[in-house]
Amino acid sequence: MSALLEIRDLAVSYHTRTGVVRAVRSASLTVESGQIVAVVGESGSGKSTTAHAAIGLLPRGGRIEAGAVRFDGRDLTRLGEKQWRSVRGAGIALVPQDPTVSLDPVKRVGEQVAEVLLIHGLATRRTAPELAVALLGRAGIAEAAARARQYPHELSGGLRQRVLIAIALAGEPRLIIADEPTSALDVTVQREILDHLAHLAAESGTAVLLITHDLGIAADRASHVVVMSEGEVVEQGPTAAVLDAPTQPYTRALLAAAPSLAREPLRPRREPGPEVLVEVKGLRKTFTLGRNRTGPREVRAVDDVSFTLTRGRTLALVGESGSGKTTTARMVVGLEAPTAGTVTFDGHELSTMGDSRLRALRRRFQLVYQNPYASLNPRFSVEEVVTEPLRAFKVDSRAGRRARAAELLDQVALPVSTLARKPAELSGGQRQRVAIARALALRPDLVVCDEPVSALDVSVQAQILELLVRLQSEHGLTYLFITHDLAVVREIADQVLVMRHGRAVESGQADRVLAAPAHPYTAELLAAIPGADRVPLG
Amino acid sequence: MTRRLLQAVAVIWAAFTLSFVILYLLPGDAALNRLGAAEGGITATPAEVAAVRAEYGLDDPLVVQYGKRLWAATHGDFGKSVMTGDDATGLVFDALPSTLEIAAAGLVLAVLFGGGLAVLGTYTRHRWLGNLLLSLPPLGVSLPQFWVGLVLIQIFSFQLRLLPALGTDGFAALILPGITIGLPTGAIIGQVLAKSLRTQLAEPYVEIVLAKGASRARVHFGHALRNAALPALTLVGVVAGNLLAGTVVTETLFSRDGIGRLTAFAVNSQDIPVVQAVIVLSAFFFVTINLVVDLIYPLLDPRLAGRVTRKAVAAGA
Repeated sequence: MSALLEIRDLAVSYHTRTGVVRAVRSASLTVESGQIVAVVGESGSGKSTTAHAAIGLLPRGGRIEAGAVRFDGRDLTRLGEKQWRSVRGAGIALVPQDPTVSLDPVKRVGEQVAEVLLIHGLATRRTAPELAVALLGRAGIAEAAARARQYPHELSGGLRQRVLIAIALAGEPRLIIADEPTSALDVTVQREILDHLAHLAAESGTAVLLITHDLGIAADRASHVVVMSEGEVVEQGPTAAVLDAPTQPYTRALLAAAPSLAREPLRPRREPGPEVLVEVKGLRKTFTLGRNRTGPREVRAVDDVSFTLTRGRTLALVGESGSGKTTTARMVVGLEAPTAGTVTFDGHELSTMGDSRLRALRRRFQLVYQNPYASLNPRFSVEEVVTEPLRAFKVDSRAGRRARAAELLDQVALPVSTLARKPAELSGGQRQRVAIARALALRPDLVVCDEPVSALDVSVQAQILELLVRLQSEHGLTYLFITHDLAVVREIADQVLVMRHGRAVESGQADRVLAAPAHPYTAELLAAIPGADRVPLG
Repeated sequence: MTRRLLQAVAVIWAAFTLSFVILYLLPGDAALNRLGAAEGGITATPAEVAAVRAEYGLDDPLVVQYGKRLWAATHGDFGKSVMTGDDATGLVFDALPSTLEIAAAGLVLAVLFGGGLAVLGTYTRHRWLGNLLLSLPPLGVSLPQFWVGLVLIQIFSFQLRLLPALGTDGFAALILPGITIGLPTGAIIGQVLAKSLRTQLAEPYVEIVLAKGASRARVHFGHALRNAALPALTLVGVVAGNLLAGTVVTETLFSRDGIGRLTAFAVNSQDIPVVQAVIVLSAFFFVTINLVVDLIYPLLDPRLAGRVTRKAVAAGA
């Protein structure tokens, strides 16, 4: 077999107003016909830039400084715009990261698939629509003819990604570049999409260059793995060899950090304790979404959810998007009023409480949000961010608050010099540490963590999870931990509540739920964890 | 849609009421103006003034005047012009065609000029040319209309003697006023469309279109332009609605008959019936054009189908 794609000593820089960023320093890799090759790395590793260089779609300011990209024997770096057009779509296709923004919002999806056929002369205006429907069907879309007439906003994220796969397949390319194709999707959808992509690739002999941050996905799907870090390829080879016997320290660190491959809980799991901190009974929340002919349209976001959380324990609320897990958490901390049911915090029932008492009680529970880029006020310094709850509750003198801020940063393992900096100067992991420090400022009993690590790189995820576990032991914290990721649950949870469509489908001790799920949906979620085959569950 | 129609009617009613109030607050006396004009400046006797007042209903209480006029206005009757004694509605409709001509010419030129600049400026591969083209709209916005008109007259009428400087007759007389209106208006449209196009071209879906093997022309004209058209269309609606009442400068400059000049004259002489007829007609045009624009939105962007409101567009843009 000859190499289909061969990248040799590639170097790519971004020329920006503030200077030159060398995104890829030296990358070499090969993809044979029909092979699935995964490029794994964290953000900033240059994996996505390498992939975009291979299809000639570097973002503005991006320039190939050195090296060669050979596809089917041709050096792509020498192609003119016209020649590129015959390669893109027909030779190399792209499946993008975020399906929700990657389709033209004002065109029917069928049209968008047909466009590829028309561009490359594979169909006429008359035959293209029918072929587009067939392609949508091949991409796993049911009732493809009806779907083809719909607009992107009428489809779910998973369906949109299938449309994009149909677009990628339409030109019968020999190589598909899939850039984090499922990182914006729920795990069960992610698995279906990847299964389907792998199946189609095998069926048509198309090679796939799979860009991912998730070693578990690479382990499941690829025959070869290329590990990138800081613009360079640090290690590559057959998947089994790289993952089972990594030769480079970086690969080993990445493997150790990958939650989907984690074997052990970060601390021994605990049985429920004697002191009940949060008790939730028959919680319901109904949202009204406008009206239709039959009356108000209602959506049951949360439907009869009950659980008990005891002091010093971690309860993981698990579910996919739309499962009602975040709404449940918001009702627990009194940010949302339940339609029915009760929330009792340390013996106080929230729903019967006046605003001023609720405010006083708020000191005792704090939130850590998913996106550390959005949850910190960009105009505040870190000190102002961390001491804001103290100022809000008029705790301590100015000097006292300053000392407390330094102490808090120490607890989350940030240097004191960080106090004077702005959130924008910090990395994602550092920001999440700041957010955790802020949550701890008032010495709360309960910390509600809403997907606190899902926006972070895997090695950073591991550090933050370890930090949360250490802080829990040191301060006797109780966690309500919201996540879609059962791999994270395996590392940190004592008890688990699995939610779907607003209902609690299963709950219990983490070990039991993970090892012997009683509900088929839980089993499905577990099976969907990438890399599950490589690790014994439980 | 019913709500939009009701809103439209409310806007017209508000225009009528507001104009009524403001015109009555203006200093001066319409009856005296009328006599002054009719008698060539000879002082009128109180009896004559009273007669004129009675004839035009000016001595009724304000509320009664308002009610009478509103009722008549709903039947298209705004009363007789205080100055000429002609039917006010008739005067306005006589002036309308000429104004519609230059407003339409101006709008067409504005869309061609603004749209063309924006599309070319964002399409060209030469960065210097793009920058040059896209720096024109901000320049155009800052040019005063009367100055543009004067320069055009100076060059094309007096120097080159190609086009008439004055008058209402014929197609040739339409060109210079059309450009005078179209240039600054087009600049605004061009600015908004160019910004909108640049935003669209940076959207992730453009990368996918390119990855299909599409040419830049296909990306530009097949995808980005339609997505970018919405804010520009909103603007065209507002501009077009304003054009009818905004031709005063141009009409005065080119000595054209039309709504603008009629308005200026009527305001100066406090000819309330005529002014009101103009205001209500302008409001009617404004509202109608924007209703049409609202109807076009969902054709351009399917996400707006079923909830045609300006708010939804604003939120989406």
